[in-house]
Amino acid sequence: MPPVGQPVKRPGPPGLLGRTYLPSILKGMWITLRHMFRPKVTMQYPEERWQVPENYRGLPALVRDDQGRVKCVACFLCEYVCPPKAIHIEAQEIDTGVEKGPRVFDINMLRCIMCGYCEEVCPEQAIFLTPEYTTVGLSRKEMIYDKERLLKMGGTRTDPIKKWSRLTRSGAQAPGMTGAGRDAAR
Amino acid sequence: MTENGLTQAERPQREETPALDQWVMTTRLADYVAWGRKNSLWPMPMGLACCAIELMAMVAPRYDVARFGAEALRFSPRQADLMIVAGTVTKKMAPAVKRIFDQMPEPKWVISMGACASSGGMFRSYPVVQGVDEIIPVDVYIPGCPPRPEALIEGIMLVQKLVEERARAGREKAHAGHEVPAVAGR
Repeated sequence: MPPVGQPVKRPGPPGLLGRTYLPSILKGMWITLRHMFRPKVTMQYPEERWQVPENYRGLPALVRDDQGRVKCVACFLCEYVCPPKAIHIEAQEIDTGVEKGPRVFDINMLRCIMCGYCEEVCPEQAIFLTPEYTTVGLSRKEMIYDKERLLKMGGTRTDPIKKWSRLTRSGAQAPGMTGAGRDAAR
Repeated sequence: MTENGLTQAERPQREETPALDQWVMTTRLADYVAWGRKNSLWPMPMGLACCAIELMAMVAPRYDVARFGAEALRFSPRQADLMIVAGTVTKKMAPAVKRIFDQMPEPKWVISMGACASSGGMFRSYPVVQGVDEIIPVDVYIPGCPPRPEALIEGIMLVQKLVEERARAGREKAHAGHEVPAVAGR
């Protein structure tokens, strides 16, 4: 069977100059020299930071509405949907008489994978993923964030869902709105 | 009475300008060692899953952990003093992780990087160790899935702080806060 294709050209034994390794060294130094004049790519991290996009998924946090009330109603949907089961909620009644709220709301940040399912599933828009991504901790206990800490992280968020104004029994605003379902209230 | 032809008032005040202090800095030996140690942490990359990609990104030019002196990733545990457990520790891998940790010389530190290494993450299942701190003592936990390289740099900066603190604490310095191992036959 005849040989197929061209035979591979292999370099012969190095010559006198090649045996001094000088050409190879100079070639390598030339590459190094070229890189010195290229733009610098290093981000000086603690001083410089990325501008993270608005929808960046960092650590989750609870938010309050514009009147400082906890928006979470302890519906347990985020706890149910959370893939690593990082969220632990215990519900309690709150004094408005119609809704409930979280007594305990713990997120184990070491379990959390920042998938954003909780934000997606939340019917009250009470939990959001913050752009925070550089948190480190010294113990596992310290990394379980409780309700107060999560609310502090989340801050205030205003949005069109005003559940309190139309669903509370005592402070019903417009007649006909009381006791109505959410779709009717809209 | 004069000395070198000067009167008492003309003689230079030695207590005010000690000449030696211009050239010599005094420090405690423990602080000096800690200063050297914290600026030349040699990590042992225990890369077990996707977190190791971010670990590599941290060493690459964009984030460039060489600015913190921790760029010399040693693949031999005998030369390392910081273990970065990056990824899911399975039960099958756990003996190897433990053994590599034991082979590292004291003093040593451990960073548990990412959700899986820190707590098991979303792998709440029988083949996964629920947190690498079940087998080795962890100093710094980093949440994220995977954490950004900045978070890992933040963790290394925290380890540097721990190195300093433990040198100050003194009594724990030789064992970096871990229990002094019992020596058989003594």
